[in-house]
Amino acid sequence: MTSFPWLTLIVFFPLIGAVLCFLVKAESSRWVALGFTIGTFLLSLPLWWLFDPSTATMQFVERASWISSPPVNYSLGMDGISFPLVLMTTFLMPFCVTVSWTAIEKRVPLFMSMLLVMETAMVGVFVALDFVLFYVFWEAMLIPMYLLIGVWGGPNRLYAAIKFFLYTLAGSLLLLVAILALYFQGGHTFDILELSRGTYGASLQMWLFLAFFAAFAVKVPMFPFHTWLPDAHVEAPTAGSVILASVLLKMGTYGFLRFTLPMLPDATVTFTKPMIALSIIAIIYGAYMALAQTDIKKLIAYSSVSHMGFVTLGIFVLNIQGIEGAVMQMVNHGITTGGLFLCVGIIYERTHSRQIQDNTGLAGPMPRYAIFLMIFALSSLGLPGTNSFVGEFLVLAGTFLWSQFATAFAALGVILAAAYMLWLMQRVVFGTPAPAHRAHLLDLNARETATLVPLIVLVFVLGIFPNPLLTRMHASVTNLLNGQKAPAFATTPPLPPLPKAAAAMAAISPSSSEQAAAR
Amino acid sequence: MTFPLQDLLAILPELIVIGTACLILALDPILATDKKDILAWLTLGALAMCIGLTSAHLTGHTYAFSNLVVIDSYGAFWKLLLYVVTGLTVLLSLAYLKAERLSIGEYYGFILLALAGMMVMVSGADLLTIYLGTELMSLSLYVMAGLKRTEARSLEASAKYFVLGAFSSGVLLYGISLLFGLAGSTRLSVIAEAITTQGTANPMLSLALVLLAVGFGFKLAVVPFHMWTPDVYQGAPTSVTAFMAVASKAASFGAFLRVFVEGLGGASADWSVLFTIICVATLALGNLVAIVQTSIKRMLAYSSIAHAGYALIGVVVAAGHGGEGSSSGFASVLLYIAVYSFMTLGAFALVGMLRKEGQESENIEDYAGLAKREPLAAFFMLVFLVSLAGIPPTAGFIGKFYIFMAAVNGGMTWLAVVAVIFAAISAFYYLRIVMVMYMREPEGAAASQSRLETSPALSFVLACALAGVVFLGLFPNGLWSLASHAAPLLK
Repeated sequence: MTSFPWLTLIVFFPLIGAVLCFLVKAESSRWVALGFTIGTFLLSLPLWWLFDPSTATMQFVERASWISSPPVNYSLGMDGISFPLVLMTTFLMPFCVTVSWTAIEKRVPLFMSMLLVMETAMVGVFVALDFVLFYVFWEAMLIPMYLLIGVWGGPNRLYAAIKFFLYTLAGSLLLLVAILALYFQGGHTFDILELSRGTYGASLQMWLFLAFFAAFAVKVPMFPFHTWLPDAHVEAPTAGSVILASVLLKMGTYGFLRFTLPMLPDATVTFTKPMIALSIIAIIYGAYMALAQTDIKKLIAYSSVSHMGFVTLGIFVLNIQGIEGAVMQMVNHGITTGGLFLCVGIIYERTHSRQIQDNTGLAGPMPRYAIFLMIFALSSLGLPGTNSFVGEFLVLAGTFLWSQFATAFAALGVILAAAYMLWLMQRVVFGTPAPAHRAHLLDLNARETATLVPLIVLVFVLGIFPNPLLTRMHASVTNLLNGQKAPAFATTPPLPPLPKAAAAMAAISPSSSEQAAAR
Repeated sequence: MTFPLQDLLAILPELIVIGTACLILALDPILATDKKDILAWLTLGALAMCIGLTSAHLTGHTYAFSNLVVIDSYGAFWKLLLYVVTGLTVLLSLAYLKAERLSIGEYYGFILLALAGMMVMVSGADLLTIYLGTELMSLSLYVMAGLKRTEARSLEASAKYFVLGAFSSGVLLYGISLLFGLAGSTRLSVIAEAITTQGTANPMLSLALVLLAVGFGFKLAVVPFHMWTPDVYQGAPTSVTAFMAVASKAASFGAFLRVFVEGLGGASADWSVLFTIICVATLALGNLVAIVQTSIKRMLAYSSIAHAGYALIGVVVAAGHGGEGSSSGFASVLLYIAVYSFMTLGAFALVGMLRKEGQESENIEDYAGLAKREPLAAFFMLVFLVSLAGIPPTAGFIGKFYIFMAAVNGGMTWLAVVAVIFAAISAFYYLRIVMVMYMREPEGAAASQSRLETSPALSFVLACALAGVVFLGLFPNGLWSLASHAAPLLK
């Protein structure tokens, strides 16, 4: 543990930039935003080495009293589950700035400032160790996101923005009541770790589970609460879509991992089956809807529903492969789908259309762009050697231990993913360009290349060497499953490990997943 | 009749306020029109003195005038809030009266008289004292509501307010007379004793409770006694609306809690049911009707109705809880009203000063594209609206946090859930303004678009309101300890 306030610095550094955006000239606010997002990333980078992978305890802990009565603390900390998400967030933000460099023409300072406020709130959500503090960050991002969609979005932006806002707010307000109920039942504390150690009655757990579910499932989004997502994604500006897909959705699944599982173990077990059913419905339904889309952004939005279904599936099968796969998939989806949305933003800037029919035959005029798009698409469908393969494979392996039947259905999602992604590629990359847009199809410039290349690198790095990341989350995930709450979870796996399953387990245990992926 | 000196010293703030009011009324005819600003500064000076004097009363508990008046921390909390709110209203009026060409010196006199009434309300220990305070406040407000003498709507507001207000005062007085018949006195402490000894089965008590609830319901503007609110808030000059929405509501809550806790606390099981129904109805109607408003003043009027509903949650929860736990429930009400004051005052200040072609921009449509024309004003409005919607990290969230906390603690989680649902609905109409300001383009020529008429006084008011909303949202400790120290205890 270090006494240097790393987390406070990472959380609030972007906020300084957010204020500064208004104080400089409108043109310079882009540079301010770029500087501060890169600065935040550089600040968070040392954590990769400072982070101690051998322990499940919170690291870089900071604590100060915020509200004295009731005792709400300003306490921050990080473990193996929040660690990858924080790094992913700070890593992605600079690209949100660069992709908006020319795409955003009006009210640039406000836009850049809102991006930076978002970063503060998002990182805050992942590192908050006090439930009220978590809630403050969780809610604080609603307004900037509302503005991002509503001011700089597409033609139907007003509807999308208010829908996003109300869906999320309704869910989160129930979470607030649940937090307060937990306070009075859980020893009069808002400390997340202490609340996780408490035990609560069965019926209370049920109610709390439903309230938590309302907040987190909307955010993920799980079927049937996903309807805000396609609207929000389609209308949001590129940076907004990237933030939504890559980070905001992860907050929902992070909520399940941080709160639902440790605090409500009995209710989690009770609700396992419906949760897994909803996840599998989301996987198949999302993929199926994606097949039918003619709008590229909407297609990717539905593919997100499908991919996030894998994450919730991995979480609720309640075993180590499943959850590690889920966290892995959270990071991977952030990178891959973020990359896909960046690609769509880049082409939209040229043709001003997101329709597939207007963006065909890009391989000829834009070869570099086509290659990058292809890599992200292949990663999205889970090609071995790319990052998504590792996550989805682990999730499916975890599901296999829970039920082979469920795995068969979930695997259908992977096949469908290949179908809609390859079909999309066939139409967008190959074919002949629409004559009307032929003149605009210039290949990537240096700024755009610089935006995409780091993501491409990460796609392969995480695909081929997932171990450094997996080892960092291993202790925390193990602790999550085998902590003080072991009895509840221990009753979960219904299948006695068959010889085959055992062999599969050995093959996918974190130490050997690297070889598995490389093969 | 002689008054002992210590009694006069106890009500020194009230005396200063009334004295200054008289001085202003006397000075008004002899001052030249362009020098009338002096009256505003005089008012502020009086308020500053009062703040100093009342701060000394934050501890202690003394009765004056043979138990007609009580000077305690509870009254001091409300008085301090009222001073601040009145001071900000005066500063706001300084700019507003000029813009509306209402160069009326009596205005400040009336504000001070209303304030004096409010101070008496929150420090009355006798139903008649409280009634007198209520009347002084109401009569001054009736006049102030009709100050735009040339505008029919303003006069209508005044007349409507007067008729309904007089009616509600009559109902209140009827309730008081029944309680007098029951207990033989109008002293709150004597009434409380009578209820303990006689029990609550007496139908006369039930009738008195209902009548008092109706009377105070009018003053608090809770459903179903809210009918006057939108019309009066819309018709009155905006600075007066701000004053009514904030100060009058705060004082009414102060007196209402004093009467029902200290006087009628023994019958809390009966009236808490009554107010639970009123509370849910207020939340529902206030929030739902606010959605369809096209005038921002009317929308804020319904929003202020809804906010009274949130505050009532704290009241019914504390009443249901009883004992030690009741204190934190009442404290959450005190905190909520204080927080509500800052955000509502800020919002009304902006509404009054956003003008086009010499007129207030009252229609929500006038706010289209405000973020482009007046980025700072739009940002201020954004913060106030976000706070009204109760979204962190603003004070509005802290207010709701404590209210919901009290509800869950008092075993009324269902009420918290109901309130939460309406809070989500309320976000819709608050955000609609944000949407209009930030996401819509104005129609028509640029010359006919509303702009903020700035002045140093207005900037100061807005800065104070913003600072209140943001500071209390980030550091609520001080206000909470003040509120929980001042909160009454239900025995």
